[in-house]
Amino acid sequence: MVRYEHTKVNPHMSFLEMLDVLNEELIAKDEEPIAFDHDCREGICGMCGFMINGIAHGPRRGTTVCQLHMRHFKDGDELYLEPWRARAFPVVRDLVVDRSAFDRIISSGGYISVSTGSAPDGNTLPIPKKNADLAMDAAACIGCGACVASCPNGAAALFTAAKISHLALLPQGQPERYRRVLDMVAQVKEELFGSCTNIGECEAVCPKEIKLEVIARMNKDYLKASWTARGDAARNEE
Amino acid sequence: MELKSKIPSGPIEQRWDRHRFEMKLVNPANKRKYNVLVVGSGLAGASASASLGELGYNVKCFCFQDSPRRAHSIAAQGGINAAKNYQNDGDSIYRLFYDTVKGGDFRARESNVYRLAQISLNIIDQCVAQGVPFAREYSGLLANRSFGGAQVSRTFYARGQTGQQLLLGAYQALLRQVPAGKVTMFPRTEMLDLIVIDGRARGIVTRNLITGKIETHLGDAVVLGTGGYGNAFYLSTNAKGSNCTAIWRAHKRGAAFGNPCFTQIHPTCIPVSGEYQSKLTLMSESLRNDGRIWVPKKPGDTRPPNQIPEEERDYYLERKYPSFGNLVPRDVASRNAKAVCDEGRGVGESGLGVYLDFADAIKRLGKQGIRERYGNLFDMYERITGENPYEVPMRIYPAIHYTMGGLWVDYNLMTTIPGLFAIGEANFSDHGANRLGASALMQGLADGYFILPYTIGDYLASAKLDKVAPNHSVVKDAENCLAQQTIRLLDIRGKRTVTSFHRELGKLLWDYCGMARTEAGLKNALQRVPELREEFWHNVNVLGGGEELNQALENAGRVADFFEFAELMCLDALHRNESCGGHFREEFQTPDGEALRDDAHYSYVAAWEYGGHGKQPILNKESLNFEYVHPSQRSYK
Repeated sequence: MVRYEHTKVNPHMSFLEMLDVLNEELIAKDEEPIAFDHDCREGICGMCGFMINGIAHGPRRGTTVCQLHMRHFKDGDELYLEPWRARAFPVVRDLVVDRSAFDRIISSGGYISVSTGSAPDGNTLPIPKKNADLAMDAAACIGCGACVASCPNGAAALFTAAKISHLALLPQGQPERYRRVLDMVAQVKEELFGSCTNIGECEAVCPKEIKLEVIARMNKDYLKASWTARGDAARNEE
Repeated sequence: MELKSKIPSGPIEQRWDRHRFEMKLVNPANKRKYNVLVVGSGLAGASASASLGELGYNVKCFCFQDSPRRAHSIAAQGGINAAKNYQNDGDSIYRLFYDTVKGGDFRARESNVYRLAQISLNIIDQCVAQGVPFAREYSGLLANRSFGGAQVSRTFYARGQTGQQLLLGAYQALLRQVPAGKVTMFPRTEMLDLIVIDGRARGIVTRNLITGKIETHLGDAVVLGTGGYGNAFYLSTNAKGSNCTAIWRAHKRGAAFGNPCFTQIHPTCIPVSGEYQSKLTLMSESLRNDGRIWVPKKPGDTRPPNQIPEEERDYYLERKYPSFGNLVPRDVASRNAKAVCDEGRGVGESGLGVYLDFADAIKRLGKQGIRERYGNLFDMYERITGENPYEVPMRIYPAIHYTMGGLWVDYNLMTTIPGLFAIGEANFSDHGANRLGASALMQGLADGYFILPYTIGDYLASAKLDKVAPNHSVVKDAENCLAQQTIRLLDIRGKRTVTSFHRELGKLLWDYCGMARTEAGLKNALQRVPELREEFWHNVNVLGGGEELNQALENAGRVADFFEFAELMCLDALHRNESCGGHFREEFQTPDGEALRDDAHYSYVAAWEYGGHGKQPILNKESLNFEYVHPSQRSYK
């Protein structure tokens, strides 16, 4: 743990701008700046994220750290910044971690197998608004990893279930529905994420406020698939 | 340099079909023998990589972020256009084509735009099939909304996160090809140079951002989907990492740069709040559907907005443009915001802002109605400014958002270097001098899903490509050159940070090559940019080493390229003695302050050729012919 004193904080700064200013000062003193991941700074790319006083993305609900502003802190506050800590997310440097496990989970089945050019007209298949809205709620996940970092088990359940729910709620997702859940859950285990024990820390810190209900949906599909799978899907279970 | 646009002849509605038939095909069994390098994983890069992988090519895809899902397409909010005419409101392919050519102020190629409008239909179908959760009506059918610059409702959307959902669709398609063995991903990898052998693009040199290792990847074709150069201005709505390094270095290897001065200023962004500001945040243009833009009639009126009575407010867009009102195209809305602020009627602490007021819409639709349409945008506004837009009007101001200019490409999306393609925002092609809202997503996906996969096959089938040895002298020279640049940057150890130089460059460009440009201002910029660049190379302080994760070093390389690029942009703006779209030269305006084009002299694409280190770039012209939409003074009144 390194301690920095910061005297140039303005309440309108975002948290990352506060770090930018600190880094500028460090460079001026010929000290190496703090490395942290960030890109869009609009709360949508999912690149940023670290623990602030033990809370992923800091104290404000539904907010990524790039959208967190210093007006939510008091003058004189002492803040502890730590990288995401999870076995499946090795630390690269300072606040930067390796989240490539998330990409491998998506690669294992988080898609609908439709090659370019083979789609029917968009309005061929009506989707009840309610289902489309629920699918969108789940699809809003930005893949930042806060859910994993906050879980005492280091589980990736919220992330994985969000994708599974998004696709399972849509008619287009039905043909691969049960195979998908088996494949993706198998990959999660492979990546050494922990098991979900329904603690709910993930939901509390999720910047996109993805609901625990997605995990219930995943578990239901997983159970059904495990009991009834044949062929390909059964092979994945071996 | 000879510019061959390769536009097919015949009636415009048949050109693309005929061209598809006339292009050579690569036999399915032979596709696996070709290696394609795709740089960038946004809508264009990801959709191209996925589609090429599905066809059977071997693809390597590179991105500087830790995952392809984070490319900046993800931040697009409003929507994607398609001429589906599901609303039965008179839309058609021809109308989308017409609107886009007119919206681009007659500086785009008709044939490209027509093809884009045709393909828009397939894009929506493809995305729906991928599971993109577009907004729906209670019937279960797709919903649409209207968008700036159009009088029909043709924009498809997924709440305020359309770009995110479309990108995740393309990203999922891309990642499906990874275990299939057709696409290899290289995240946290940055392209630093292009390998050109015997006049053809044959590879790229990259830096691994974690280990600092410089590596060369060889292939049969290179595709750049690396986005725009808006971050030359430092403050823009682009992601912090967005940069012009890939296209700039390709330019230095021989790719002509098209219309670099065509930059888009987005009218609805959250105003700058202080010196520490690191980027600007866009508020979707869709807000202009229901929000009304106004400023006080009196200059210097500092009363809070709710204490300014109706008759003392100037709803200037509704007043000046009664038929389009608040939905005028972006360039017009931005310029008018600047004009009222220049008159001293701007609002907020800095005086650089106008109100976007939802009070009437809330009366009409209720808070819940507004929340359903714009909930996440209102939340975002409140998070950033600490003000509640349900209670007080938003304050907005224009900011750099998109760049219409980019690498010059022919109808096949190939640059002037055979084998080098540019797609999405990285090319100059379809938007002319101004892009209409909800058209960037459309273009990125059209290029990646439906155009490049055909045209690249035509190139590969026709080109006779010999194998390149990994230790070819061109490869070794490029690698050594990059290693030396890294050493040079790390050895300067001057007094100023990379960011301080970048901020100063951005300020210069915003002042002299931003919303309004003048001959004197541009000449001033052309003198000061090289001076500042000189100082950068003697006085920048980059700490740390080259063989590790070093974000300051990454940034230093990008800023060095912005310095070189900035000169070209100013030169282009200076040479274009007219106003068109986003390029507004104060000397050239109509009596009521609208952009005044000069079709007799400037109806061409300026394709700049690199002249060599320290030498003037060379101007090449591709003249534009309008057979269908005849150039007229754009009027949104």
